[in-house]
Amino acid sequence: MSAARDTAKDAESAARLIAYGLRPKQLPARDASYAELVRRYSEDREFTQLTQSVAAGLGLMVLDVSHQAGAVLAATDESAFEIKMDSYARQSKIRERRDTEKVMHGVIHLAVAALAFPRPDDLGNDTYVGRVSVDQVDAVVREACRILDERAAQAEANDDPPSDAPELEQAWRAYARRPETATTKDGRLAPDTTRGMISRALRFLSEQGFLVHINTDDGGTYRTTPRYQVQVRELAADAAFTELLDLDVVAISGEDGSLRAGSPGTL
Amino acid sequence: MIDRGLDGGLARRLKALACTAPLHDLDARKAKLDWADATAYQMAEIALHTIDQVTVAMDFDTGASHEVIVRRLLPFIAAQAPHRARTEHEKVARWVLDNLLNVGTVDRGFRSIYGTVGPDGAYERRAFDFKLLVELSAPNGEIYLRATDEAINVLVGALDTDVESAQIAAEVKLENLIKRGRLADAKLAAEQARYRTVQYGETLRTILDATRRDVRSVDWEHAVPELLDSALEHIESRFQAENAILRNITKARDEAEDPGRKRSAAELVEIVTDCITRHTQLQARLQAAGAYFRAEQDRQQFAGPPRKGGVDVFGQLLVPTLGLGVGDAKAPVEAYFRAAIGPNTPGVATLPSLVSMLLRPAPERSTLVGELPEPELAPAEDANRFSEEHWGRADALLDLEEVPRRLSGLIEEARETDADLARLVVLRVLHAYSPEISGAVRGGERTALIAVDDGTPLDDPEFGGTDLLVTTAVLAEELAEAADETAEDSAGPDADSAPDMPAVPVTAEEVA
Repeated sequence: MSAARDTAKDAESAARLIAYGLRPKQLPARDASYAELVRRYSEDREFTQLTQSVAAGLGLMVLDVSHQAGAVLAATDESAFEIKMDSYARQSKIRERRDTEKVMHGVIHLAVAALAFPRPDDLGNDTYVGRVSVDQVDAVVREACRILDERAAQAEANDDPPSDAPELEQAWRAYARRPETATTKDGRLAPDTTRGMISRALRFLSEQGFLVHINTDDGGTYRTTPRYQVQVRELAADAAFTELLDLDVVAISGEDGSLRAGSPGTL
Repeated sequence: MIDRGLDGGLARRLKALACTAPLHDLDARKAKLDWADATAYQMAEIALHTIDQVTVAMDFDTGASHEVIVRRLLPFIAAQAPHRARTEHEKVARWVLDNLLNVGTVDRGFRSIYGTVGPDGAYERRAFDFKLLVELSAPNGEIYLRATDEAINVLVGALDTDVESAQIAAEVKLENLIKRGRLADAKLAAEQARYRTVQYGETLRTILDATRRDVRSVDWEHAVPELLDSALEHIESRFQAENAILRNITKARDEAEDPGRKRSAAELVEIVTDCITRHTQLQARLQAAGAYFRAEQDRQQFAGPPRKGGVDVFGQLLVPTLGLGVGDAKAPVEAYFRAAIGPNTPGVATLPSLVSMLLRPAPERSTLVGELPEPELAPAEDANRFSEEHWGRADALLDLEEVPRRLSGLIEEARETDADLARLVVLRVLHAYSPEISGAVRGGERTALIAVDDGTPLDDPEFGGTDLLVTTAVLAEELAEAADETAEDSAGPDADSAPDMPAVPVTAEEVA
């Protein structure tokens, strides 16, 4: 009798921990019962198991539970909690353009992570706090585009995109072509421009509890939260990495990472 | 096999040619503008002048805003059509500026298709994307304009050379020209030198920006100090050269008798002074660079001991993804997005929250976008082409007794009153060809106008087609249904084979 009651109670606690995790802005440091659940998760193996099972049943994955980040969850494929890229990217009527649009948004999210954690170390260091701003994200992607452009020019092969196969156009060209900003009639940020898309991504990530808005310098400056680090380190980076491995385009990287400014010798 | 010579040089020239296309396009389209008779303006000239102005306004931090450029263009545009209103000049300036930006397209750029020979010897079409002006955002959030490399190349031509040597060449040329007293040429050379200075400064700006983003990314041990040294050296020599030129042409300006020559010398003085100002700016930047590096190094030094290795997001994810084709890049990008974005918490609707949501007053829009301007409404133009009187007269003309009449006769009679009346009559008779009988019956009408084609051609100076027979049919309710069916039967094949329709009296002009 009492054992059954205990199980029911444990299940409730496990579910409550997941519920906390679904509210990304709640932190164990600010909530004693949350902190207690986090402590129990790290000490009680059975509770750990139970929480993971409850999460799996809901279509969630427990990435990490810690005092800094709280419970960090991720949606599994086809779960009710999944955010689809289709619903995030602005729908475009032309099919090729829709793909371009998705790739642009994805590249921007990658660049945010690249800037937030410039070195592989930064991803692993739990105390590291990164800073990103709209200006920087745009500058980093455009710099990468410039490097790829130079590389293409050096290869001396004509790689202007074929006019009849837009899906073969390289992603960097699509990005480089898109204007950084544009005047609008009401003076607001044009959503089609790269800066418009970047500030949307940053706002979205801060709503998800991954970034915290600091000030409006450089088009909007944010700092990272431990949740974001966990999310990128434990899941997102690997997911993209696996896909790239399948496409056979992976570079080996040193300890310091490869985020570099343009070489001064280009003058 | 196509001659391989088609590649390379030809593609380069085609691209260069494509850059000028937007300018030609302006002149080609100016006649179609509906807000002014724009044929009086030389749009390509204005466009080149616009690019000029934007280029000259480019300095280290920003360029000129839209407003400034429009203002600077006004005198030039006004000179082309002095008797036109200032508002029209302004409109022309904005039109040219918008077209150089290609406002209205998502990319705000231009695309040109050119052909080239691929590695397998086959002809293939490729797209060349370029921009002439770009909009960038300043640190204070304002939007300003910069000219692209393509635009500068269109403007000055053949700039794709070593900046350093080209600049020396230009200055040697300048001194020679001044010695020989050819000031017009000297002005051109001075302007070219200034564009080069701007380009030089632009390159330096991107390098300094990169330094600010990440100290580790720049080789501060060898490469950058070398660069700073050579840049300072460059400025020093330019200072000497330009001051010498300035002395020479100031003298030329003061001694010149001919007013034209005096003016061009004065312009040259201005340009060279501007060059010197730009060098001063560049020098100030260069001197601050070292201090900047030390400050950034202090700010950015936080690297702790190595931890467990993670993925290098930039080098291993971002750059390879950017290098993929758009079609291939979709998979990794979507995988990353799905994993990085975190779970979505689906909203659950409850009746109390739904009710309160529905009862909530609409948000005050004014707090979002400021005061709404009261729109100035002009009364709509009278859309009716024909007046009441026309309709009345046409009614009278078409009120036919049982005897059918020819269209030609009706036209003639109508034309006695008014040419417009004749048009109305023609249109109404045309409408009566295959009329909707059941509609007329439902509308409670007793008669309907019917036009029949018997193959007689219409001989008229204004209208062409068939001289229709027009008559009035009396409608009886019980007959209406049957009549309508017949009308539909006869209308069916006509509608399907539109080109075979009987020559109905209407001219192309009339349709337009």
